[in-house]
Amino acid sequence: MGLRLYDYVLSGSAYKIRLFLSLLGQEYEGVAVDFYPGEEHKKLAFLAINPAGTLPVLVDGDLTLCDTQAILVYLAAKYDTTESWFPQSDPSLLGRIMQWLAFAGRLTDTVGAARLHDMIGRDLNVEAAREGAHKALRELEAHLTEQGFRNEVFITGKKPTIADIACFPYSALSPDGGIEHDDYPALRKWMVSVRRLPGFIEMPGIHPLHEQHEMAAV
Amino acid sequence: MSRSEAAVNEWYPVAIDELLALGDVQSVTLMEQPLSVIRRENGSVHVQKADGGDCPVCVAYGHVWSSCGKPDHGIFDVPEAAEPGRRMVDCGAVRVKASPLRVVENFLDIAHFPFVHTDILGAEPHTEVEPYKVEIRDTADEVWATKVRFFQPQAAKSADEGQMTDYMYRVPAPCVSILYKTCPPRPGAWDVIALFVRPINEELCDAYAWMALYDDDSAQSDLIQFQQMIFLQDRSVLENQIPRLLPLDPKMEIPTRADTTSVAYRRWLKRRGMTYGAQLVAK
Repeated sequence: MGLRLYDYVLSGSAYKIRLFLSLLGQEYEGVAVDFYPGEEHKKLAFLAINPAGTLPVLVDGDLTLCDTQAILVYLAAKYDTTESWFPQSDPSLLGRIMQWLAFAGRLTDTVGAARLHDMIGRDLNVEAAREGAHKALRELEAHLTEQGFRNEVFITGKKPTIADIACFPYSALSPDGGIEHDDYPALRKWMVSVRRLPGFIEMPGIHPLHEQHEMAAV
Repeated sequence: MSRSEAAVNEWYPVAIDELLALGDVQSVTLMEQPLSVIRRENGSVHVQKADGGDCPVCVAYGHVWSSCGKPDHGIFDVPEAAEPGRRMVDCGAVRVKASPLRVVENFLDIAHFPFVHTDILGAEPHTEVEPYKVEIRDTADEVWATKVRFFQPQAAKSADEGQMTDYMYRVPAPCVSILYKTCPPRPGAWDVIALFVRPINEELCDAYAWMALYDDDSAQSDLIQFQQMIFLQDRSVLENQIPRLLPLDPKMEIPTRADTTSVAYRRWLKRRGMTYGAQLVAK
């Protein structure tokens, strides 16, 4: 039995897993859950799979994982033959990756909330969500600027890790929630680097890099 | 208000019929007016203004329709909705920070497919829009574009491979666009995909997608997500269009041949005095 992903096309968290599976070149079976408008994730059939009623959910044989960051860790540990996405031999690197995985949760809580408000009219305090989002993005911007001084393109070094995959979707999708990228040049540069990774896939709200073709032609 | 009288007396979608349960009261905004959409315990649907005044109500094509004014006409007819064997799919409402008219106009455009819906509704280098026919049908006062053909890598959820897809577009009301396209599992028939737009104000709207398809195989959630994927690819482009209002001044933009439907739509809006969400004079 192969991998099964309970998926929603507009979810930034589900996209995190789709993106990582694509970067790994790993096949899977996607099961579309009607999060909106059907709210299938709140119904009994889905709650039997994930009592928390959240997406995405990964099923691999007997294992069911419901936390997005935990799914990234599991997929990297099990399926990344290069052992580069989640290297565990360097304690400092391991600690930093885990720190950014936790940080990614803040992006989901803030950018993700603002996005649900602006996109499908979810009733919540959007000003507070946007303020929290900008605070988180400023922290990421400052870190990426420092990385630039060290000639390191990605969040934890010269090579991408699951820290980048965890932080990318909601950073890139923030304009969907009225959080523009204008003030974050280092973030924009990093996002282009992520989008250039072999096997990168888009989702609605994240556009393909058409300029890449033009640059290749020059 | 005289400026938008034609807009006030139109029907607009205010709720999804199936998601309005007995006893539900949903709050929506239509053209800056707060409304309550109510399903009483006896099943009847009512729409009320903040002062308690009743608005006209009509339930059609999976949605509850209402108006802040007094429409002098019934809701437009979609004969395909009554055809047996079709699956009706409500795709939900998506909020867009753009003029409702821009959202409708975008739905009428095919030239953007390869660039915005890359490898789904279009792909480079197949970017050419062949000449097609546009008319304003005076009998029904609707905009129609016919004989539209375009190469599509994945025309529908039910499509396995790339194909030349035939399209027809129809604008039966200023904030409604219906498209008819080749139905992959049933050659000769048309799939119907409609966009019903409710103006919240002139620069903000909720867009409801509704489909009447011949597709017995796809899961409902797959059909909905395919449509949402397409629409959300448009949304981020629409929110970046400047000006936010749809320009009706011909001096504002230079159309190409592929934009013939858009030109007809804008002229038709102007003729009807439908200026809510439009910019009349270039600024």
